[in-house]
Amino acid sequence: MSGDRVGIIGIGQSAFRARRDDANYPELVREAVVMAMADAKMDFDAIQAVVYSLSPDAMVGIGNAERLGVDAVGGRRKPFLRINTGGATGISAASAAYYHVASGMYDVVLTAGADKVGECGDSQSVLNKIWDPSYERPLPLGTINMLAMSGVRYMQQFGMTQEDMAYVTVKNRRHASLNPNAHLRKQVTIDDVMDSRIISWPLKLLDCCPQSTGGAALVMASEKYIKDNHLDAVWITGVAHAAETYWMGDRMGINPTAEHSGAHALGRSFEKSYRMAGIKDPAKQVHVAELYSPFSNTEFHAIDSAKLVAKPGDSIRPMRDGEFELGGRIPVNPSGGTLCTNAIAVTAMARVAETALQVWGRAGAHQVKGAKLGIASGNGGDHQIFGTMVIEA
Amino acid sequence: MELLGRQEVWSITYDHALGETASTFYTLIRDEAAIYGRRIAGSNKVMVPPRSFSDETLEPTGEWVKVGPGGRIEAFTMVYEAFKNLPPPPYAFGYVLLDGADTALGGFFKGVDLADPEAAAVKLKIGTRVVAKFADERKGEMLDFWFELEG
Repeated sequence: MSGDRVGIIGIGQSAFRARRDDANYPELVREAVVMAMADAKMDFDAIQAVVYSLSPDAMVGIGNAERLGVDAVGGRRKPFLRINTGGATGISAASAAYYHVASGMYDVVLTAGADKVGECGDSQSVLNKIWDPSYERPLPLGTINMLAMSGVRYMQQFGMTQEDMAYVTVKNRRHASLNPNAHLRKQVTIDDVMDSRIISWPLKLLDCCPQSTGGAALVMASEKYIKDNHLDAVWITGVAHAAETYWMGDRMGINPTAEHSGAHALGRSFEKSYRMAGIKDPAKQVHVAELYSPFSNTEFHAIDSAKLVAKPGDSIRPMRDGEFELGGRIPVNPSGGTLCTNAIAVTAMARVAETALQVWGRAGAHQVKGAKLGIASGNGGDHQIFGTMVIEA
Repeated sequence: MELLGRQEVWSITYDHALGETASTFYTLIRDEAAIYGRRIAGSNKVMVPPRSFSDETLEPTGEWVKVGPGGRIEAFTMVYEAFKNLPPPPYAFGYVLLDGADTALGGFFKGVDLADPEAAAVKLKIGTRVVAKFADERKGEMLDFWFELEG
């Protein structure tokens, strides 16, 4: 491979819904793959390796469901690798696909997956099982109450209110109403959010993401391949991951190595991505951000960690002022984000896909005008494993 | 066309080994009604729940240190929604920094009226003093203890 860069040349995303009774699991994967291949204007023979995006098996109810996915991605006789980092899986799979190309081993790589969270009777039963059986499993831990507790600490440290959180939902629902692929597209008001029933205080129903069903796929290629074949592309210029301790109780207490109100390792990952992309002042250089945030409150610490504001807590006021709205200073989650669509196995891939579409100028009604540099993120584990990307036109 | 489905239930039984460190932790809870952490070797930091090694130094932890029963709330939530295979709501739980510990331990909060969520949130606010209470009959498990407001 000559040329330093890796480009995204094809994107496929389902129109995400609660359920898709017309498609079983591999058919849903294939749907996104076919869209990405058509977008890249290539056939399966050109794909040299596949990275498969699949988070906990129990969410789709199929043990090692990547086996079923081999056929759906045209993986027969090709290198095939499954990635699972929980909620970060989609951006981790995209990163692995990036490394396949950046290493020089392959010129064209497909990454794809799907999830059917809406078929899972109760995703919090599955997610309770991510806690260790020695100590924490007997507690009713789940991702909702885990991040509710992050919100409680953020409230205490930075003065965030439940109404501040509602502003995030209202913004993202407004954005999602413009995105035909988003799951929850109905616009809501601050009162709607405040009046919705409490799930895990301070999170109310409208502060929470849905359980979504759908697939996503990306085709990546080397700069040489893209230029030799006269293809259109956007470029991944920064990529990084960082992990944090499993123990939530270690992210509080005396001199914690990380702080549960925030997303310390997400910040580390962004720092590394920015350094790779040569970004020195993200608040001035980033045009659009698709930041993994399944609950309203977590968008604040995602914005803080991406350094789109000067310091933690500084995201609260500009959220109210509309700085992160479409048309604002730096639109955050113009697709509606994970708060409006959460097909867990590919939700972080959708962040990459949406960022790519934005800097490509192909995001449709939720396009950020003139966006040329965007960022994407994914969070997985018990708020523990984070992936980030910088994507440029 | 008519689209069909089929329901599946996964019911899998695991018999987990807890290991030496967690076994000691639970044995002490059962036999002494006391919570112990482990000190990171070469440091004053006490990890609760105890782990056999430090994720910071990557060295084995050493001495057992009795912590609590008093402590302060570090995080809390009150759950009002029913989830399958989880307790019936409402309930409050969270993390407490026990006196003498450096990291916080999860547990239920009991004795707080959860009928008014906003009032309960004030009672459980971060920094509030609590005390660990133990069941009269203890099995050697996490649910042998819980936290109540001090005083």
